[in-house]
Amino acid sequence: MRPAVEAIQLARRFGAVQALAGVDLTVHEGEFFGLLGPNGAGKTTLISILAGLTRPDTGSARILGHDVITDYRAARRALGVVPQELVFDPFFSVRETLRIQAGYFGLRRADDWIDEILAHLDLTSKADANMRSLSGGMKRRVLVGQALVHKPPVIVLDEPTAGVDVELRQSLWGFIRKLNRDGHTIILTTHYLEEAEALCGRIAMLSAGRVVALDTTRNLLSQFAGLTVRLVAGRVPASWQSRVLRADGGVYLLRLDDYADLEALLAALRTEGIAITELALQEADLEQVFLRIMSGARASVTAVPA
Amino acid sequence: MTTFGAGWPTLLHKELLRFWKVAFQTILAPVLTALLYLLIFSHVLESHISVYEGRVAYGAFLVPGLVMMSVLQNSFANSSSSLIQSKITGNLIFVLLPPLSPVDLFIAYVLGAMIRGIAVGLGVLAVTLFFVPSLLYMPHPLWALGFALLGSAILGTLGLIAGIWADKFDQLAAFQNFFIVPLTFLSGVFYSIHSLPRFWQQLSHFNPFFYMIDGFRYGFFGLSDVAPLTSLGIVLTCALALALIALALLQRGWKLRT
Repeated sequence: MRPAVEAIQLARRFGAVQALAGVDLTVHEGEFFGLLGPNGAGKTTLISILAGLTRPDTGSARILGHDVITDYRAARRALGVVPQELVFDPFFSVRETLRIQAGYFGLRRADDWIDEILAHLDLTSKADANMRSLSGGMKRRVLVGQALVHKPPVIVLDEPTAGVDVELRQSLWGFIRKLNRDGHTIILTTHYLEEAEALCGRIAMLSAGRVVALDTTRNLLSQFAGLTVRLVAGRVPASWQSRVLRADGGVYLLRLDDYADLEALLAALRTEGIAITELALQEADLEQVFLRIMSGARASVTAVPA
Repeated sequence: MTTFGAGWPTLLHKELLRFWKVAFQTILAPVLTALLYLLIFSHVLESHISVYEGRVAYGAFLVPGLVMMSVLQNSFANSSSSLIQSKITGNLIFVLLPPLSPVDLFIAYVLGAMIRGIAVGLGVLAVTLFFVPSLLYMPHPLWALGFALLGSAILGTLGLIAGIWADKFDQLAAFQNFFIVPLTFLSGVFYSIHSLPRFWQQLSHFNPFFYMIDGFRYGFFGLSDVAPLTSLGIVLTCALALALIALALLQRGWKLRT
């Protein structure tokens, strides 16, 4: 099966900055894929190359098997991009904006589909309003609509919920999930790690233009930390010494294999007569994973001699 | 299966809507400006200037010059301002993401510019005919039309190049004020180059705008400073050369795709 997106050894330098330093990445059809990384990690450069907005110095990229440079027409037809910047054309209404965008892709009489998009994005009542009069959140939704107007099988969203209020974020998530269920491949970059954790099946983490982690969200979460318990007590039962991740003056962080482990811990504490001052269960979240991978990546980058 | 047609007709349509929605300033304003030139210059200069050895009244002589000047300036203004606005507001991305080829972009922007230029030119002609009705009799209307089309194509292409090149509005204004405006004013809009001193006459022959206006005027009077076929050849060459440059820039994605 041909992959939805394939990046092979992509590299791109802007002056002194190596924005991408040899990125290999494959996203399969139907995936909900997350692209994470701090500012300047190369996420937007990677997306720009996929979209044909930026040309790589070396390497190549394909959308559903179509090279983004040599077969750009087919590649761009297969791809819908929601750009990061909140841009719009002040000359036009919402409906005109969507019609024009459909026309650029050579689609005429797309009004039924446009009505559907407007309804899904809760913009029907604003269809004839000028773009200038919309709130930021509405403009963001129009951008999503513009990316969908040619029914692309692969959709890239570059930080779609940046600066968007909680309510809208939830409704956008719902809509993007639906698109994924309907068979669209989704690639999402985001700063909100909870967002990636909740939505993405697989995640690539970028740092300084390189992929530093690439795995399913579940594996990333379990590979690091997993379930932990924070215990404030006089001491730790002898049989649990090997599970101590951190000990700090009577505050211990213990690793659990699963929730059933908690019962064993409580039993051990009871048997040894240890009094508990405080006990809290903690689940690993992507933020912890992210921070650990990023600090590891930074250390290895600085270790390379200049 | 969704079928895809060509994208450029929509881009052209968008370019037309863009100026049509503000037609008051994109069409009516330049018509008024040209009318003021006609009224003031013809009134002041009518008795002082003789053109084509007195065979054509100065007021009549001036009209085709003003029409062509309007065509040229507005063609340039359309493509250049559309591009710079899209670049500065960032919405050019909507044109760069779809599968529009360099030729698609070229056709849409240049045709849009030509239509705006010709629309303003027709407006100026319609209003000035009121004052110089004798112009209605044109010996070679097709020559006039040909030069108007070529002239607007050249300036539309220059506008496209300038719009791609400029990063800021003031750079574009500089291009217009230090390049386009001097070349149009020194091209014989207001005078026949035969009334110039020899040196300036010679220099005018290096100005491609001179041939556009001289050829256009030939359509109205059957009279010109140089043979119309020569002008046609020079103008056609300029149009083709600029088109090739613009297409090469679009192909490379110069200043558009990083």
